[in-house]
Amino acid sequence: MTARLRAFGEFWYDFIIGDDWRVALGVALAFVAAFAVGRWTSVPTWWIVPAAVAVLLPTSVRRATRPER
Amino acid sequence: MSDTALFVAVFLACVVEAVEALTIVLAAGTARDWRSALTGVLAGLVTLAVVIAALGPAISSIPMGGLRLFVGGVLLVFGLQWLRKAILRASGHKALHDEAEIYRTELAMAEQATTMRRGSVADWYAFTLSFKGVVLEGLEVAFIALTFGGNQHDIPLAAVAAGSAVLLVTALGLALKAPLAGVPENSMKLVVGIMLTSFGVFWGAEGVGVTWPGSDAALLVLIPATGLYALVLVSLFKRAAPVANPSVPARTVEEVSAS
Repeated sequence: MTARLRAFGEFWYDFIIGDDWRVALGVALAFVAAFAVGRWTSVPTWWIVPAAVAVLLPTSVRRATRPER
Repeated sequence: MSDTALFVAVFLACVVEAVEALTIVLAAGTARDWRSALTGVLAGLVTLAVVIAALGPAISSIPMGGLRLFVGGVLLVFGLQWLRKAILRASGHKALHDEAEIYRTELAMAEQATTMRRGSVADWYAFTLSFKGVVLEGLEVAFIALTFGGNQHDIPLAAVAAGSAVLLVTALGLALKAPLAGVPENSMKLVVGIMLTSFGVFWGAEGVGVTWPGSDAALLVLIPATGLYALVLVSLFKRAAPVANPSVPARTVEEVSAS
């Protein structure tokens, strides 16, 4: 039973989060940053999520191309 | 603009996944037993229908602000996964998706497996191979169609896009009786990744209260900018790429859930 629950959890983790959990975390942090900056400052916030993507994508690809140690 | 984008993104994503599922079903049917393979397809479609029937109303009931954040987040994470793999393939760091090679691999594995009867299913291997192929390939498309369609308040349009893609691929598969190796899957995956990422950025940011300059017209900048950026990354990573081995299949059904 535990093994099945574990496999179920692993499937959904892999399905939603995928190969690189840092990307999902980065996306979540970018949303939090855009919300916080918009809530407490008058600085425009539209650039925050695209900027996060511009950093997250190449770093994730870079990690995947690095030889495993 | 958004309706067209919705149709194109869901249609392309669905074509790509349907082509992959078709390869698996063809291998299961050809090497093993067509009746068991088609029963597996039917069982897989019923499972997907149950998932869609359960998730559809749940997604539709989320308030607009929360929906945009949820949809944007899911699409962005999915989109970045698709883009990452597409860039790795286009730059030579990952083998290109080759349906003909995957078909040969699946066929060889299916021919070696032992036959086992379970209930009314004559060949359990053919059944599970087809079932897994349909469910695993279809689940992501179901998510994309539901999130895109739910956010646009047009799930029927998403369903039409998905349904027409499946019908097209099935018709071509029946006509050719061979894997659709000629479909430019790798380029289509790149386009889907660009669309999902762009809409994920747009809706996710709106969900946390961002106001886009130009409102919906911002998408007209976001989509080409994401595409251009992806192509620049392909070019940059290509320089450091090892020589790819094109004979290595991108994945088999056993590797789907692990990729």
